[in-house]
Amino acid sequence: MAAQNLQSVPAEPTGQAPASAATTEADAAGQAHFDRVIAEDSRIEPKDWMPAAYRKTLLRQISQHAHSEIIGMQPEANWITRAPSLKRKSILMAKVQDEAGHGLYLYSAAETLGQTRDKMMDDLIAGKARYSSIFNYPALSWADMGAIGWLVDGAAICNQVPLCRASYGPYGRAMVRICKEESFHQRQGFEILLELSNGTEAQKQMAQDAVNRWYAPALMMFGPPDDDSPNSKQSMAWNIKRFSNDELRSRFVGMMVEQVKVLGLTLPDDQVRYNEDTKKWEHGPLDWHEFQEVLAGRGPCNAQRLERRREAHDDGAWVREAAAAYAAKQLNKQKEYAA
Amino acid sequence: MSTPPTTGHGDISTGVAGGDSNASATRITPGNALRPEDIALEVRTGLAKPSADAAEYALRLGDDALILAQRLGHWISRAPELEEDIALGNIALDQLGHARSFLTYAGAGMPKEDGTPQSEDDLAYFRREHEFRSVQLFEQPNGDFAATIARQFVVSYYQYELYRRLTESTDATLAAIAAKAVKEVDYHRDHSTQWVLRLAGGTEESRKRMIHGLRTMWPYVAELFRDDELTERLAQAGAAVAPSSLKEDFDRLTGEVLAEAELEVPDVPAAPGGGRGGKHSEHLGYLLAEMQVLAREHPGASW
Repeated sequence: MAAQNLQSVPAEPTGQAPASAATTEADAAGQAHFDRVIAEDSRIEPKDWMPAAYRKTLLRQISQHAHSEIIGMQPEANWITRAPSLKRKSILMAKVQDEAGHGLYLYSAAETLGQTRDKMMDDLIAGKARYSSIFNYPALSWADMGAIGWLVDGAAICNQVPLCRASYGPYGRAMVRICKEESFHQRQGFEILLELSNGTEAQKQMAQDAVNRWYAPALMMFGPPDDDSPNSKQSMAWNIKRFSNDELRSRFVGMMVEQVKVLGLTLPDDQVRYNEDTKKWEHGPLDWHEFQEVLAGRGPCNAQRLERRREAHDDGAWVREAAAAYAAKQLNKQKEYAA
Repeated sequence: MSTPPTTGHGDISTGVAGGDSNASATRITPGNALRPEDIALEVRTGLAKPSADAAEYALRLGDDALILAQRLGHWISRAPELEEDIALGNIALDQLGHARSFLTYAGAGMPKEDGTPQSEDDLAYFRREHEFRSVQLFEQPNGDFAATIARQFVVSYYQYELYRRLTESTDATLAAIAAKAVKEVDYHRDHSTQWVLRLAGGTEESRKRMIHGLRTMWPYVAELFRDDELTERLAQAGAAVAPSSLKEDFDRLTGEVLAEAELEVPDVPAAPGGGRGGKHSEHLGYLLAEMQVLAREHPGASW
């Protein structure tokens, strides 16, 4: 799970950093190589020269994506112990575990840009780093496991598939694996909703209620409208981002419109329509004020999610210290043995 | 039943073939894994039909694994490191897989009033506390990470010795489930051993907690090795393992790890136990209340 259209891509004029940095010959050569790679739509690797702003943008995006995976474990972990069948419990556990795995790949990809996982984790816990707003909504019923899989993972896939071609090699490669697992998760979510929709009246109602609650937040996962997304342009020029927020959102709506029919449910939006002129799907207005509020920390679960992460981190401190101390002692023993 | 030599898992043959289509991509599952669905199919087609005794025995092992999976599942998203979210999640998934297989098989020998087998979910979600047959160790609260590791340490060595022998069962289904489980439990053994060594040899704090964790769990160790009429009958027939027969290897192998960690076998009085007869600690009721709540709100629903 996870979303990437994280809204804190740098506010400073990112494109200009290299100009001032390229004062030495090595920088000039590096910039030339970088420009060529981007023009050829090829890949930048960790040891290649890259503009400081490119590094910073990527580091933020990848670490925020990693944080989203980790925080995103919580709403689903909320139902592991109450899953209504053993098979569903097993699938849900595997899914949440996959998310921890995604977090790991992404933190590793971010580390290749020169930041440690510890530092990223500290920033998250200190409330300095962002993660996808969607996880600040509560998972209130079992059907939310379906809606999160279908809508939230579905939106994440629309965002993430183009990221497999992101210009930064480690990120693109991590995304290939993540996307495979996400599409698995989305199918599982769809299946949960389908089963509920074909179940008892109470189950069907539970499914519709979950779709009603997750639809708009899922649409907002693509980020603000294009007119209001100033940093997207630079990310697109750097071949990190491939399609605009509105473009991806429109595609997603088109997919959901068909799938919701199969589910026998409805989308809580009577303004969804295909615009023949623009050849794009359109949807009703979204509450961008709410989006900004959640982003600013005033969402239903912001405090709860961070507190839970902080608690796990603090409770585990003695374990990590013990593991480090033990490893150091073992290393000393080996050295003594060698000497 | 006979006791095969301790030779790791190289000599164990899997009884039933079939891929694990529920596996996640992060998860590594041994090939030819036996799935609960395979057993359900065998039950439906009459290929697998446990005796009343074998069903009761499968229920015991299934309940152990189910209760532990439920406990471990709580750690996911709360572990000290991401790697441990994944590791504890893996162990929980393995235990849940074993539980589903054992319970599916047990249900075949415990038909409903209309004569059809009880499903794994009938058994997991619609039995009451005193109808669970797990021993009390498995329901002990997670405590801190050291307590969870202490419980894992005991469980994984116990289950390894049990499943290793059960692969030789005259009951083909029990043997097949054990053949899959023993490979996975071998990894659980490695995981818990590494952590016992790390926590005991890490910092003063971690050592103190490890000792405390072991002392907390140890009163419930004796119950694991208690024979009763059921296991005696089944062991006689070569279908099950006499719990008492596992104790020597368990003591020796856990003793070796504890010695390496410079820890002593906890000197604490054994609790009376009684889980196999439906007597549980105060903890199980809460665990079941949480696990069963949703399924019971919608009886007869399918998920």
